[in-house]
Amino acid sequence: MPDIFKSKNSGKKLRVALTGNPNVGKTSLFNALTGSRQHVGNWPGVTVEKKTGTLKHEGFEIEVIDLPGTYSLTAYSPDEIVARDYIIEEKPDVVIQVLDATNLERNLYLTTQLLELGAQVLIALNMTDLAEERGDSIDIQKMEEFLEVPVVKTVAREEKGIPALLDAVLRTAGKEHVHKIGYGNALESKIGEIMTLLSEDTGLKAAYPLRWLSVKLLEGDENAFGKIKGRPVESKVRKLLDSEDMAFFEAEMADQRYETISCLTALISKKPERVLEPSDLIDRVLTSKKLGIPIFLALMWGAFDVTFTFGTPFMNIIDSFFGWLSGVVSTNVSNPWLSSFLGDGIIGGVGSVILFLPNILLLFLMLSILEDSGYLARAAFVMDRLMYSIGLQGKASIPMLMGFGCTVPAIMATRTLESPRDRLLTILVTPFMSCGARMPVYVVLAGTFFGESAGSVIFAIYILGIMVAIFSAKLLGSTVLKGEVSPFIMELPPYRLPSPKTSLLHMWENGSMYLKKAGTIILAGVVLVWLAASLPVGVEYGSESSLIGSLGHFLEPLVAPLGFDWKVAVALVFGFVAKEVVIGSLGVLYGAGEDESAIMAGMQADPALDPVIAFGLMVFTLLYVPCVATVGVIKKETGSWKWTLFSAAYGTTLAWIFAFLIYQGSRILGWT
Amino acid sequence: MGSSMPLSLLPEGKIGRVCGINAGKKLSRRLFEMGFAPDVPVQVQRGNCGALVVLVNGMKYALGRGMAFKIMVRDSQENE
Repeated sequence: MPDIFKSKNSGKKLRVALTGNPNVGKTSLFNALTGSRQHVGNWPGVTVEKKTGTLKHEGFEIEVIDLPGTYSLTAYSPDEIVARDYIIEEKPDVVIQVLDATNLERNLYLTTQLLELGAQVLIALNMTDLAEERGDSIDIQKMEEFLEVPVVKTVAREEKGIPALLDAVLRTAGKEHVHKIGYGNALESKIGEIMTLLSEDTGLKAAYPLRWLSVKLLEGDENAFGKIKGRPVESKVRKLLDSEDMAFFEAEMADQRYETISCLTALISKKPERVLEPSDLIDRVLTSKKLGIPIFLALMWGAFDVTFTFGTPFMNIIDSFFGWLSGVVSTNVSNPWLSSFLGDGIIGGVGSVILFLPNILLLFLMLSILEDSGYLARAAFVMDRLMYSIGLQGKASIPMLMGFGCTVPAIMATRTLESPRDRLLTILVTPFMSCGARMPVYVVLAGTFFGESAGSVIFAIYILGIMVAIFSAKLLGSTVLKGEVSPFIMELPPYRLPSPKTSLLHMWENGSMYLKKAGTIILAGVVLVWLAASLPVGVEYGSESSLIGSLGHFLEPLVAPLGFDWKVAVALVFGFVAKEVVIGSLGVLYGAGEDESAIMAGMQADPALDPVIAFGLMVFTLLYVPCVATVGVIKKETGSWKWTLFSAAYGTTLAWIFAFLIYQGSRILGWT
Repeated sequence: MGSSMPLSLLPEGKIGRVCGINAGKKLSRRLFEMGFAPDVPVQVQRGNCGALVVLVNGMKYALGRGMAFKIMVRDSQENE
């Protein structure tokens, strides 16, 4: 039992875990509690996100751990196991369950399980404003009496009820309270028998609430059996349970739980007859057969339009800042080596990445707003038919959309897909959705060689990426990843006005991964490029006789059939660091640095480049091995080098074939 | 009482009552926890285009066709 005076948190520290069903406002509450004092990491061993934050209240330092949103604490998914193991093993001082006041019945199922776990539960009855608006009334006092835990009303989105909740946290911490659900005589005597067996094992007794463990064993929970595995009591428990009809017990227990819950809901809440809500009316339009997809496409177009319209001024500011900075460096640093290192290497390289941060953040902001408003779940529904036809389910469309921003968070977003096959397939096709970092390559190349029609050419590249993703999903889904599309179920939360704070934090979570990449991997990458372009000592920067030049000449035969010369080969090699480096490297090789117009002039004057080759290069950049940060995240999320290498080799092979067809095709047709 | 059928065949707007789930243990339990419990009324708000939008216990879910085939419902008397 947690006791603040005995536990390792003695003094004025408390640990509070947040739990609750998905879509109950848990994230809003977490943000309201901790603000920007958050840390996002991973739970050890699994790819489930772990968020923690701290706050101070009445002299107590409170650490808040945001557990994954779950419907229950069985062992259905890694999320549930993480949440459950944390409560059992780490014994937080208080577990706050966030409850959706508009949907008590389903939410209370989790409450009964938390109580059974012996956690010190505190209920944050959230969205009470919505419940009251539609005429529900909830008797909080009766609820507290029945559940024997404190209940506090909150409206997390508007940060209402937070002080009262924190006061309740202090009151709840350190209390000892065990709450039982009665399962009826027959079941209770079975639970008693198992408990007697388990209590022989002092180790188990110290580690787990025995009643809970007994209940879970009786239910046939595999994870619970894992906890007694290899212990002397295991065989005794199995023997006892083998003689029983397990299926009967399981169904009976679930029934009892539901009965408790319906009894409670009848007691504490009065609901008016459900009438058509505004959400239903909006859904009639947004999910309709005829309008669903056009509206989806229009919203996406709008999101991109806003991104590029509002992002450009910010980009110009950042661009001139880095221009100014490299000017300062070149006038003030007299040592030519150091000056070149700082100016060409660090500022040029990192600057080219930071440059696209506004666009990426804006796109993620748009997606966050769409998600927080409830629309993105509808998008998954609208897209399901289309996705199904290419061998994926609707939910896969969300990571693919994020792929237009940055592939790294997009691949992490595939975690919402339950089936490993669907998830792997989505991970393999997401890199073909053209990310923000590839944009600068298109802008410079199309701007140089296609003049007026540059916009259409870039649009065509994006479409090609989508087509390749579709084709790949179909191809891989019917060969190496054969299997049924897993059945999908997804909650459609009521539409809400997104809160700026939540949307901004959400955006920052995704966008900061891009920034982190700029600070670490890309910095290392540009240093490498700079070194290779400057060595051996005395060579002209980026010339044919430098290391970079030798590398280019060495690789030239491989890309010669695509019409690429040694400079392009070098740029592509360094593009593995980050795709925007393709342009940065060409800048170095044309002796133009980061100055776009100089790069353009240099390329235009080079007889080795023409519009067809430039188009081939754009396509190659779109399709070939994603950047090193993406490859890293693919390895982490798939847990397999085999699939990581497959992903890299598959993309690069496709890129080569496409560029080959473009170059050779145009030669046969006599265009070049 | 009408005969039972998969949820995916229930016409748009109609209300059915859950009478069984043809799925493995884990999935059955998950659906149960999400509110698809015996005798609970389910309304199909949108169907016929692959996935369905259904209303259960005041919650709205998008269900894939495959999933909707696993949930058996009875045509309920509540439809006028």
